[in-house]
Amino acid sequence: MRMSRSAATLGALGLVLAGCSSEAGQQAEESASNTPSVATDVQFQPGTTMAELHDAGTITVGTKFDQPGFGLLNPQTQTPEGFDVEIAKIVAGELGIAPEDITWTETVSANREPFIQNGQVDIVVATYTINDTRKQVVDFAGPYYIAGQDIMVAKGNPEGIEGPDDLAGKTVCSVEGSTPAQNIRDNYPQANLVTYDVYSKCADDLTNGNVQAVTTDNVILTGLVAGNPEGFELVGNPFTEEPYGIGLAKGDTEFRAFINDALEQSFEDGTWAAAWDRTAGVITGEQAPEPPTVDRY
Amino acid sequence: MQFISDNSDLLWSAWLTTLSLAVASGVCALVLGTVLAGMRVSPVPPLRGLATFYVEVFRNTPLTVVFFFLFFGLVYVDLQFPSRFTTAVAALSLYTASFVSEALRSGINAVPPGQAEAARALGLGFGQTLRTVVLPQAFRTVVPPLGNVWIALAKNTSIAAGFAVTDLTAALQRLANLNADQLLAVFAAVVLGYLVITLPSAWLIRVVENRVAIVR
Amino acid sequence: MSGPSVLFDLPGPGARRRQRIGTVVGSLVVLGLVALALWRLGTHGQLEPERWAILFDPATGVPQALWQGLLNTLAVAAVGMVLATVLGALLAMGRLSDHGWVRAPVGVVIEFFRAVPLLILILFCLLFLPTVGVPMTAFRALVLGLTLYNMAVLAEIFRAGILSVDRGQREAAFALGMRKTQVMTLVLLPQAVRRMLPVLVAQLVVLLKDSSLGFIVGYVELLRTARSLVEFFNFSYGNRYTFVLYVAAGLIYIVVNLLLSALARYVEARTRRNAKAAAAGEGELPADVQMGGGGGAVPVAR
Repeated sequence: MRMSRSAATLGALGLVLAGCSSEAGQQAEESASNTPSVATDVQFQPGTTMAELHDAGTITVGTKFDQPGFGLLNPQTQTPEGFDVEIAKIVAGELGIAPEDITWTETVSANREPFIQNGQVDIVVATYTINDTRKQVVDFAGPYYIAGQDIMVAKGNPEGIEGPDDLAGKTVCSVEGSTPAQNIRDNYPQANLVTYDVYSKCADDLTNGNVQAVTTDNVILTGLVAGNPEGFELVGNPFTEEPYGIGLAKGDTEFRAFINDALEQSFEDGTWAAAWDRTAGVITGEQAPEPPTVDRY
Repeated sequence: MQFISDNSDLLWSAWLTTLSLAVASGVCALVLGTVLAGMRVSPVPPLRGLATFYVEVFRNTPLTVVFFFLFFGLVYVDLQFPSRFTTAVAALSLYTASFVSEALRSGINAVPPGQAEAARALGLGFGQTLRTVVLPQAFRTVVPPLGNVWIALAKNTSIAAGFAVTDLTAALQRLANLNADQLLAVFAAVVLGYLVITLPSAWLIRVVENRVAIVR
Repeated sequence: MSGPSVLFDLPGPGARRRQRIGTVVGSLVVLGLVALALWRLGTHGQLEPERWAILFDPATGVPQALWQGLLNTLAVAAVGMVLATVLGALLAMGRLSDHGWVRAPVGVVIEFFRAVPLLILILFCLLFLPTVGVPMTAFRALVLGLTLYNMAVLAEIFRAGILSVDRGQREAAFALGMRKTQVMTLVLLPQAVRRMLPVLVAQLVVLLKDSSLGFIVGYVELLRTARSLVEFFNFSYGNRYTFVLYVAAGLIYIVVNLLLSALARYVEARTRRNAKAAAAGEGELPADVQMGGGGGAVPVAR
């Protein structure tokens, strides 16, 4: 699996390769087939979203393309990789759709709701926090993971930031349209918040010293720290609960129940834990946590 | 329409940011562009070469790429602008200056050669010829193109939204996300913000153009 | 003015010496700055050949990805150009119509799309149009935004082109008994398009540059590809390749655009050689149109 390959090279980071070939090029192209099983003999009630997608043989999934461990575009294959991606593959598999038949669309934090409402995507699996504001316009299956908002600072924590209260007067970076950004705006207005469209720009700005902290969900930050362990560190003091759900069109109760069933089944049969271990788990270095309880509201 | 009054502070400050981005960049670009245009017609070949190189590079680079370099590339040569706003002004100015220079150069070329020849015959040097005879006439013929460069600049400030500058376009993205059910109103409010800058400018340019036009 | 030389006398020996001294000093300063920048890059390890090799090593997938990104950029620019040309020509004809009820709305359309930032147009297409039932993808939104904006710019260019066709052509066509539409489509437009051909090619440069706005709507064009690569490699190697990849994307844009500009000059030279189109006007786009992403709100070519 590519994620573990990346992790292997992560260990060999200090290794400087002589000659004129690039380090990145040293990775041999190996294609491990770790794909979740695809249901072959499935039948759905005609008229349901499941039947439509199954008959079409394809599903459009909105995910992030810039989040290590959850959804990161691999430019070599032009497909995203990560835990969110694996979850989407599990759902698609239950619909009888093979991973290569999934159409991946990039959704950034600011366009997830419009994309679902407009039908530009069938489902969104994109570190998408379930909350009441969003429930007014879209529906959520899941959660399939519970994250918490945390803070990333420069290595050595020169500003001595230990929690959100220490952000007062500091410049902190997050992403437009994300719950962490809204949380800072609402509950910590003394912090000077700047917002980009993607987290990688926040990370660049932390390197440049333009911001003193980056705040969002801990798992996202862990991915960023993994990319630059000499430059960043995680405060490690999560101060919210962010249940990640699968976003879908509002009112499609049958489809939501179907996805919830698929998630619960993956919790039980171990595919969920396996997906975690080969993606996000590689970054956090931790075993798969206990799966959360699906909330069938 | 409720959200407009709810977010009037955001919209107002975003509009001011857009306007000040445009004005600050416009002034810088005008100064830099005039210097570049002077260099391009100067008697010293290396100056001409340098200015041509500058103009060709910036004319053929997307503004977004210029933004990327100033925001995330400069740090590799240990340079840093004091704030996001100044970085955005620098990106817009550097890019726009090449177009100001081109507009001015074509204006200089449009001044009849007899004018410069007469100036030289009177014993004026290059600097004097340019300053007292050619540029004053060139500035008149370039009022429309320069004005259009200004309007284009005002619209191009929207790209700063992608780089954490809270201008009108950034406000649009935030509001569109919070008011997904009132998209049209959000767009209308923001577009109006731009039109308030661009349409009067266009009108003013036309007036000035008619005032200063030289009848030939 | 035939060239810069009318602005100054040929320098005499004294002036030439001063110029030479100035050139040497100036070059030293410029070279010094370049050397300083390179030295700083070097201390950050940005100039290691190993870093740059990534651009040419197919095993990394980087060259293929950049190539694909360039193709995506060219695809958007090409489709947008064709649509904008067609619609621009129609709008130009509308603006020159004899009927006020055609002229006025067409004028409003042109002025509106030239006064709104391209980015806003693209976001509008991406976010709003689907709510009224227009299926949208990032590609379509980008193409549509570019088309709407550029058709307005091209309409003005066409209008100027049509007006620049010798009046005798129009009168002769009417004298032959042609109808208004025939005069326009058979006589005026073909000649105008011919004259405007270099300008059209030059407009491609503008479209190509503007397609980089695709990064904001998630269309994987050249710049977004570079960013994706940066993000992907950031994960494994920190920001080791960041600078390299952005420089590569910037250089590709410059090279492709310079080639297109050269093509525009070549087309112009050919048009000029052609006797019938000998009177072809300026081949260069007005500076403000070349800025892209905006353009002017008043007619650019008169």
